[in-house]
Amino acid sequence: MTETAYNFAYLDEQTKRMIRRAILKGVAIPGYQVPFASREMPMPYGWGTGGVQVTAACLTPADTLKVIDQGADDTTNAVSIRKFFQRTAQVAVTEHTAEASVIQTRHRIPEAPLTEGQILVYQVPIPEPLRFLEPRETETRKMHALEEYGLMHVKLYEDIAHNGEISTAYAYPVKVEGRYVMDPSPIPKFDNPRLESAAIQLFGAGREQRIYAIPPYTQVVSLDFEDYPFEASKADHPCDLCGCGTSYLDEVIVDDDGGRMFVCSDTDFCATRRAEGHRGRLAGEDLAEELA
Amino acid sequence: MTPLLQVKGVTKRYGARLGCGDVSFDLWPGEVMGIVGESGSGKSTLLSCLAGHLAPDEGQVIFDTRAEGPQDVLTMSEPARRMLGRTDWAFVHQNPRDGLRMGVSAGANVGERLMAVGARHYGQIREQAVDWLGRVEIAPDRVDDRPRAFSGGMQQRLQIARNLVTGPRLVFMDEPTGGLDVSVQARLLDLLRGLVREMGLSAIIVTHDLAVVRLLADRLMVMKGGRVVETGLTDQVLDDPQHGYTQLLVSSVLQV
Repeated sequence: MTETAYNFAYLDEQTKRMIRRAILKGVAIPGYQVPFASREMPMPYGWGTGGVQVTAACLTPADTLKVIDQGADDTTNAVSIRKFFQRTAQVAVTEHTAEASVIQTRHRIPEAPLTEGQILVYQVPIPEPLRFLEPRETETRKMHALEEYGLMHVKLYEDIAHNGEISTAYAYPVKVEGRYVMDPSPIPKFDNPRLESAAIQLFGAGREQRIYAIPPYTQVVSLDFEDYPFEASKADHPCDLCGCGTSYLDEVIVDDDGGRMFVCSDTDFCATRRAEGHRGRLAGEDLAEELA
Repeated sequence: MTPLLQVKGVTKRYGARLGCGDVSFDLWPGEVMGIVGESGSGKSTLLSCLAGHLAPDEGQVIFDTRAEGPQDVLTMSEPARRMLGRTDWAFVHQNPRDGLRMGVSAGANVGERLMAVGARHYGQIREQAVDWLGRVEIAPDRVDDRPRAFSGGMQQRLQIARNLVTGPRLVFMDEPTGGLDVSVQARLLDLLRGLVREMGLSAIIVTHDLAVVRLLADRLMVMKGGRVVETGLTDQVLDDPQHGYTQLLVSSVLQV
């Protein structure tokens, strides 16, 4: 089959229309999970079928797409989704956050601040924040409808009771615009403060058939206790490549001798800083030699 | 004084079969009402109707709310009814597994109702949880254990603590001592009696165990085949039963 046998961005127009309606409803009710008729996509569940459908519904031929997976542009998931839209939509692609108009992401928010007009699409495995406390979907929907969110704090209570602190480090629950409690997808809680953004943020869960959204400049509050306030935590190191002390870091094991390095999880952010001349502990010639 | 709960002509049918028929009574503040009867007599159906778990086909259940005075809970909006369920009402299930969240610690179980009504201070929630565990005779060092690790009697006491922590005014109990052995039953009854008197609770207790109502209930309602066959003060009904079925019930208790 030739590439032209596909409709623009793979999905047929009726499907994209249905998804756009769900997106519009989601934007109108920030944090509310809108059901949609998720399609079978040419990739397995868990690889971003929800995000891909939302991206497909948002793309226009003039868009520039960036895809990241855990902050990186060059991992399997990111590369394959980027190629998918290059083939089916012939859109321009980029690795630079500032140049992209649509960014599909898995588990991270880019370090560079997003601007008005950009769309950030999240891949969501489990959209229901109350799922592991209350398995009945009928009941959780009712709890959302009636704003009964005491149960969410039971989880945080358990964290403190067993670990002495709120140990939830990713998918940290937030309250959107003072109304809906939302799972921000498994982003590290370091990223939670940046959910209040100038960009439109759309969340797609393919297997669970839900779409939800945070419109620009919407208030997003991370849940916490008065005596155990929310804390956006990260590894207490600077990046070993670009020397940045404020970005979110991945830990990389470099040998079987306890050696490790910390690098920015956002590859574009790190590369940009290195191009500007910033150097970390293991950057430059040392690293080039080590790798050779 | 207005009654805390007025029940008027509550009827629930399961198709052609009668669950409970035309039940009416008033429950006054601080009063404990026992409902006894054999299995299938409609006592649990009645309790579920009163507590809002089942919608009766006919009748009214009027509760004297704190804010707005007497209200029919059956026509009340669902959010308001669920709010009642977390604040002024408590429901103690026969099987503690139905009333507890088995996956979280005892402290979180007790704290859940506090957090549901807006408590957001970890230290205070925990303090209250530990305090309530003490009041139901669970050692404070078990506060972080899950209910799975508790014995049946402890689970039931934990369920009671979890329900009473928000200071409810009306407690529904469905066979609170069912499934416990006799000595544990006796301790639980002792504890319940203390808490009911101390907190001035009103309660409706459904049971088939006459000893339970003898100890706890001020008034007694005897049900058979979905109908109330006899009502009166507990001692009066048990010592001088008038209806044939009540006589049979009282005489069938084993004496040791």
